[in-house]
Amino acid sequence: MPEQLLFATEVILNGLMAGVLYALVALGFVLIFKASGVFNYAQGVMALFAAMTLVGIQTGQVPFAHLINTILGTEIHHFGWHVPALLSILLTLGVMILFAILVERVLLKHLVNQEPIILFMATIGLAYFMEGFGDLMWGSDIKKLDVGLPQGISETIDTTTYEWFGYGFFIDRLDIAATIVAVILVISLTLFSQYTKTGRALRAVADDHQAALSVGISLRRIWVIVWSIAGFVALVAGIMWGAKSGVQFSLSLIALKALPVLMLGGFTSIPGAIVGGLIIGVGEKLFEFAIGPMVGGATENWFAYVLALIFLVFRPQGLFGEKIIERV
Amino acid sequence: MTFKRTAAVALTALMAASPALADLVFPSLSYRTGPYAANGIPFADGYADYFTLVNERDGGIGGVPARVLECETGYNTEKGVECYESTKGEGALVYQPLSTGITYQLIPKASADGIPIHSMGYGRTSAANGKVFPWVFNYPANYWNGASHAVNHVLDLNGGDLSGKKIALVYHNSAYGKEPIRTLEELSAKHGFELSLLPVDHPGQEQKSQWLQIRREKPDYVFMWGWGVMNQVAIQEAANIRFPMENFVGIWWSGSENDVIPAGDGANGYKALALHNTGSDFPVFDDIQKYVVDAGKAAGAGDQIGTVLYNRGLYAAMLAVEAAKKAQEIHGTADITPAMMRDGMEALEISEESQAALGMPNFGPTFTVSCENHGGPGLGAVQQWDAAAQTWSLITDFGPSDMEVIGALIEEDSAAYAAENGIEPACS
Repeated sequence: MPEQLLFATEVILNGLMAGVLYALVALGFVLIFKASGVFNYAQGVMALFAAMTLVGIQTGQVPFAHLINTILGTEIHHFGWHVPALLSILLTLGVMILFAILVERVLLKHLVNQEPIILFMATIGLAYFMEGFGDLMWGSDIKKLDVGLPQGISETIDTTTYEWFGYGFFIDRLDIAATIVAVILVISLTLFSQYTKTGRALRAVADDHQAALSVGISLRRIWVIVWSIAGFVALVAGIMWGAKSGVQFSLSLIALKALPVLMLGGFTSIPGAIVGGLIIGVGEKLFEFAIGPMVGGATENWFAYVLALIFLVFRPQGLFGEKIIERV
Repeated sequence: MTFKRTAAVALTALMAASPALADLVFPSLSYRTGPYAANGIPFADGYADYFTLVNERDGGIGGVPARVLECETGYNTEKGVECYESTKGEGALVYQPLSTGITYQLIPKASADGIPIHSMGYGRTSAANGKVFPWVFNYPANYWNGASHAVNHVLDLNGGDLSGKKIALVYHNSAYGKEPIRTLEELSAKHGFELSLLPVDHPGQEQKSQWLQIRREKPDYVFMWGWGVMNQVAIQEAANIRFPMENFVGIWWSGSENDVIPAGDGANGYKALALHNTGSDFPVFDDIQKYVVDAGKAAGAGDQIGTVLYNRGLYAAMLAVEAAKKAQEIHGTADITPAMMRDGMEALEISEESQAALGMPNFGPTFTVSCENHGGPGLGAVQQWDAAAQTWSLITDFGPSDMEVIGALIEEDSAAYAAENGIEPACS
């Protein structure tokens, strides 16, 4: 196999893995948009908040410690315990469900029947509030996330490909773990929406709000459920991305990576988010590999959007989005 | 009665006429919020704590209390300029913009207003030419010195010969990240190493392409000009591809605890350049504990003391205080103005003795500032991370940079700035 072809193959494989990570973020957007028509600007911040909460619970950090110490003149920072990873994840999930209930009670309930742009604005406000609230609750230091995920080069793939081709491929074990988790997540979400009563209610709301309401489906309950699921997806994305870079403010910016995926895959399709993520991941990595050196590199951020725009021109509803039909 | 009344009126008039010794104001353009808060907080804490120490222990600078005027920039250039505009009227003596973007915006403003700027280890490198930039100082070292320090370090590791070696620069794709490129290109031509450039787009959370390229091309050394999340991801990716960490050298803005801790043991052996010493094993920290922390006057929670960026804030404050003392000495008054402060900065001399007297022996390099050279001799050191001990340690002394190359670049760039802005280079 020619050397350049081997390199390109390695780039494609890594692009696919990166695409899975983008898709994980995009999934959260899709779930909420599909069920409520809201483009949730706060999805990236939800991933950050979930990851901060997970590390905080796991390491026994006292929430709002700085505030408490300032008011009471105390010096407490930690409870002195270490919570096992799985239990921490479950407790964090509980926090995200509580967050979903609060969002519905405090925000969405008051905005029923408002224009989508109003709901979008509300999520912008929510995002900035959560940024500050997360900082206040857990502090703004960079936290190491350790839930036992494997990391670093996969020796098996490296050795095997070296034996086959004389060149060992680099695949990060974290990316492999992320792919497995994403596959399980998508299958679970599909089964949930196809075969459970709540899932069918979600689909009914997604299809037609008014019709769903007329048959007794509670829109408010559905919103809590869908925001809870989006919170869970945000937690998964936060764990995967947080394991790469530590848990820090910049985690909220991963939403930027999801936008071209959504433009390409459509805002209403779970398979679209996955396929879109893979296309963006492979496309941007291949472009950087082949064309990047000729144009000074750092092409990935803008090329992802170029790719998405090209798809948008030919399929405005996205690759898997529902066709927009306006009846006059 | 008339005499008494006259005497009282005269005394009142005299008191009114005598200038009251106002506080010496040192604005702190900090960023305790936003994407870079984790780095901004320890610097701001160190900066504030040193002034608190000087006030509590020494009764101020020359008997006049120092007042730190903190303004939140969020590392945002527009907010930084707003902070400058809103604080300059308070009698600000010197600005530490703590951002290259803010520094560039403030250079013309502060020069027009007659307020000195100290951009320590960042900002416009050619501002080291005091004949063109009389109000801007960037001692003890700048980015171009840093590029040379990194090359000098690998020269030392290779017996002074880098011919045939490959060095890759992974850099933040911004004006800041591009700063060392010209210097490294010059040094590449001089020492015969091959330089490859790998830009990383902001914020730098995804660097797979760059590190796959490094894995393919197998450079002997990787230098990094990163900031924020880019640092943590780069160090993690380097560990993932098993790049030898002792051959990975970051600039001083890529060498704090924040950058290495997320990568765990994988970061062990990673190196970064240093403007100042590491840790808290200096007498000054005993005083900080006694007069600042124990007195409940610490700027933060007290958990950052001795970290790299806390020490940088502390060091910047120490240099500001020493310059203020020099200004008081030159002008024979404790109540100094920004113009006097500038004179103090231009006559600053940091020796081993002066640092030892401050409880900071060998904390930073020794240097002097002059009108011609606002950047000092450009000394720097190399520090290395020990993941098991969770500590940074200096592994070299503060050494020189290649001023033959850098001096020429500074001259060229500052001459271009002078020509663009109609400045006649001169020493006052």
